[in-house]
Amino acid sequence: MKPINTVAGRIAPLPINDIDTDQIIPARYLKTTDKEGLGKAAFYDWRYDADGNPKPEFVLNKAEYQGAAVLIAGHNFGCGSSREHAPWALMGAGFTAVVSTYFADIFRNNALKNGLLPVIVDEETRQQLVSLAEEDPTTTVTIDLQSQTITLPDGRGVQFPIDPFSKYCLLNGVDQMGFLLNLEDDIHAFEEANSQRVKTTA
Amino acid sequence: MPQTLFEKVWNNHIVKPQTSETPAVLYIDLHLVHEVTSPQAFTEIRSRGLKVRRPDKTLGTMDHSTPTTPRNALGIIPVVDGEAIKQLDQFTKNCADFGIPMYALGTENQGIVHVIGPEQGLTQPGMTIVCGDSHTSTHGAFGALAFGIGTSEVGHVLATQTLMQYQPKTMAVRVDGSLAPGVVAKDIILAVIAKIGVGGGTGYVFEYMGEAIRSLTMEGRMTICNMSIEGGARAGMVAPDDTTFDYVAGRPYAPKGADWDKAVAQWRTLPTDDGATFDNEVVLSANDLIPMITYGTNPGMGMPIDGRVPDPDKMGDVNQKMAMDKALKYMGLQPNQPLLGQKIDVVFVGSCTNSRITDLRLAAEMIKGRKVADSVRMMVVPGSQQVKKQAEAEGLHEVFKAAGAEWREAGCSMCIAMNGDQLAPGQYAVSTSNRNFEGRQGKGGRTFLASPLTAVASAVNGVVTDPREMFVPEMA
Ligand code: SF4
Repeated sequence: MKPINTVAGRIAPLPINDIDTDQIIPARYLKTTDKEGLGKAAFYDWRYDADGNPKPEFVLNKAEYQGAAVLIAGHNFGCGSSREHAPWALMGAGFTAVVSTYFADIFRNNALKNGLLPVIVDEETRQQLVSLAEEDPTTTVTIDLQSQTITLPDGRGVQFPIDPFSKYCLLNGVDQMGFLLNLEDDIHAFEEANSQRVKTTA
Repeated sequence: MPQTLFEKVWNNHIVKPQTSETPAVLYIDLHLVHEVTSPQAFTEIRSRGLKVRRPDKTLGTMDHSTPTTPRNALGIIPVVDGEAIKQLDQFTKNCADFGIPMYALGTENQGIVHVIGPEQGLTQPGMTIVCGDSHTSTHGAFGALAFGIGTSEVGHVLATQTLMQYQPKTMAVRVDGSLAPGVVAKDIILAVIAKIGVGGGTGYVFEYMGEAIRSLTMEGRMTICNMSIEGGARAGMVAPDDTTFDYVAGRPYAPKGADWDKAVAQWRTLPTDDGATFDNEVVLSANDLIPMITYGTNPGMGMPIDGRVPDPDKMGDVNQKMAMDKALKYMGLQPNQPLLGQKIDVVFVGSCTNSRITDLRLAAEMIKGRKVADSVRMMVVPGSQQVKKQAEAEGLHEVFKAAGAEWREAGCSMCIAMNGDQLAPGQYAVSTSNRNFEGRQGKGGRTFLASPLTAVASAVNGVVTDPREMFVPEMA
């Protein structure tokens, strides 16, 4: 994974509450064995009509939001299914961060493991970002991971929370499996001390 | 210090405690895998030259992308979708290469991952159980700590049998009183979610308690824990008791003989201690409940079946109003309209929420001697091959078929619409599954979530129907 320090880019508004991962990527696109190529399936059913033609009124189909890197969503983004295809699809569609007042637990975990930043802000800031994005699609924001700050065009910086371990991994491009693999001795000791609960191969 | 059920199970599985810098490292007793969320994890393991650390604590099954259409002359369930074939082949290879036992499509123990674990006796009190699937919360009905994980985490567990997690908060969900006839476990959980909303449990593990939960069967408790994630909680748990032990006893992977007695003695120590505290609490009275139904596009948009669809203009919060407007538009419903009498096209009885033998018995008892309305397609999809076998031994399939319903092979089916079973655009379904998201049951399809009793009553009348208007079986 590439280290991430600063993310800067244009913002796109999708101020809908409780956007579930079935909307982010419908289930029929999960019949893949890859992570790649899912960008085209992102928000597919909101993006295209029954005949596969783009719906012009959908925000991400509008010319002015092409190339946006930061999605400004409603609260509880990413609820529902655990599919990690959701962050893969969002990243495939060019997003590097999503801003919301809070994220569903599994989605947030999945996003952090892939370098898609879940940026949690207060409702006022979220609304301000939505207005900015709607009024001027050229608006850009900067997200600095080290200082955990999202900077708005007026220069105002808003802090966001992130757990220290995910932050360390993202800043250094370290993936989390490596950390667990280094714990072999501890895992072995746990197994020695605790009897096996079920044996599926029995 | 007094501890909650959750805290006991959590503490028993700590390989490395949480610090200010790092999450806790938890040991996983059972890892369930299926074809859809595992391929990229196996690819990761292979590319690093790793082995699956504990194939003997891992079990695979095919369920999501598999068809539920009848077997051919050779007794095989044919898969026709090229992508699904590729995914299933890859899954077979992954399990074989890494020595993971796997229930292949159509074999005797195959079924929905959250049905087979309990059925085989693999799901036991006090365990940690994970799966790349958000409804892993189902297994919490046994007093296990069970939750869904993403594919990266599936890779972590395959490689190390451990997972990094921050300790969640706890919420007591207490359901006092007792259920009236015609009101079942599904109605309890739909009422809980309607009350707290789809995000209300974010960051929490639920413990369901109270008289109404205690009197439920294991299947009922599974229905409730299953939908914890629909309230935003990754896990929901019920303290194990004699109902739990009776269910587990004698199943293929349950402890036997002296081991059984030892296990039960240990399981009896798991329930939340007197004086233990929760971070939050929700209280409901079962006495007040009537059958529930959803009208919108997330499981929190639910109401008593005799209610009226909310009016977006009466919502104070602008975000909520927008969400409601959008939902009603998608559902083709008017503010303030009742749902009773709403015409429907499809009834789906199945999914990891309501496809176990007691669900099917209830549905069969209700539909016996009645007919599915001509305008309705009703599908009954058993949760596993074992459920199917049991139901057929009891003749339930004949009851369904005589009523005009389809009796299918086991799988996720129309719960997820990635296997050929799906709604056509604009169709309305009463479904016993767990998600009514836009397009969940097929692009443009519209879902009303409800109990098996409500589903059957609606199938018979061809419109959304309160099951209490019909004869309601004793066991409900
Ligand atoms: S039945 Fe539905 S919710 Fe359950 S595991 Fe299958 S797809 Fe997921």
